[in-house]
Amino acid sequence: MVRLNDLPDTDARHLRTKECPPFDSEPWVTGPPLAERRVAIVTSAGLHRRDDRSFDMRDTGYRVIDGTLSADALVMTHSSSNFDRTGFQQDVNVVFPIDRLREMAAAGEIGSVARFHYSVMGAGWLPHEIEPTAAELAGLLKEDAVNAVLLSPV
Amino acid sequence: MRPPRFLWVPFELGRPFGAPGEPAFQTKVVRSVLALLDRQDGPVILEDFPEDAPAVSEEDMTGWACPINLPKPAAAEEPAMLEEVLCEIAQLAPWYAFALEGRGRSTFGVAGLEIEAVARFLHAFFDGIPDNPVPGVTLGDALRLANDDIRSWYLEAATARPGAASSRILADWFWGETAAGRLLLALRPVCAKSPDAGVRLVAETQFVPRSQRHRHA
Repeated sequence: MVRLNDLPDTDARHLRTKECPPFDSEPWVTGPPLAERRVAIVTSAGLHRRDDRSFDMRDTGYRVIDGTLSADALVMTHSSSNFDRTGFQQDVNVVFPIDRLREMAAAGEIGSVARFHYSVMGAGWLPHEIEPTAAELAGLLKEDAVNAVLLSPV
Repeated sequence: MRPPRFLWVPFELGRPFGAPGEPAFQTKVVRSVLALLDRQDGPVILEDFPEDAPAVSEEDMTGWACPINLPKPAAAEEPAMLEEVLCEIAQLAPWYAFALEGRGRSTFGVAGLEIEAVARFLHAFFDGIPDNPVPGVTLGDALRLANDDIRSWYLEAATARPGAASSRILADWFWGETAAGRLLLALRPVCAKSPDAGVRLVAETQFVPRSQRHRHA
């Protein structure tokens, strides 16, 4: 997230009017040390494999990103034009730091990198609209023995 | 909203891990956020990342220049606009090729069309509702993907040369100086009146960034 005073006025005004309803609860779990965690990335950047379906304007679905895939095979079809894409164009890790996780796993800082990662298209959904997708992803992540998720908002 | 664990970062929208080509800095961000998992003092841990991204300040941008000499805008006649864009594409093509070769990847191509076909498809909206050349998506989404593609292609070409440019300078270049930017700015009000509801939605909400809508074609 950016500082509001670093944004053009139009964008800052838009963000100030965003509805941010509080969650009803404060869920909390602890787990093993980081060096034993299996880490997945879930991003709202609208990423997917080039040959996968693009995100449409009202898409609440998700796309699977194989953890062994070259990060360079990813494209972005997020519906918003109001954020910078030149960073992603030059380096996928700006939004999807898979190479950084692989390095940390190799160095023993984290236990392992998940087999699968996931992307949604995060343009203005309220929590209840995306909740069914989140619940499905939680199940998929558990099947992959993931016990740490790095959420990357775009 | 009080999520369980959250690291606030001061980076611009679209760059949650800082800056491209800065692996050490990206690792620092990833390490900082994952370290929250080892904390026991929740629920609700909200931390601020203390450093700005190692971005190029706009004061240091004097070295960046568009890789081609763009002509002065011609009279904004619709047929001439397409010719101007195609001419621009021909001039930028070597730089796009350098970018592709240097990075080994491109984010262009989500519509599945060649860049010239992208330009022709966009321009065809001046004449009404064109045939949809992108299988499996609505005409509105085809318009959106084509819009994404022409911007990706131009911006990848523009960043092919060594030397960094801030995203704001690059956006101002595309929307303020290129024929492709003028084409999109001119097309937005046309598409906003389209009989196709999906095309209207894209034109109204996604076609031109909010920060660039003050411009006129």
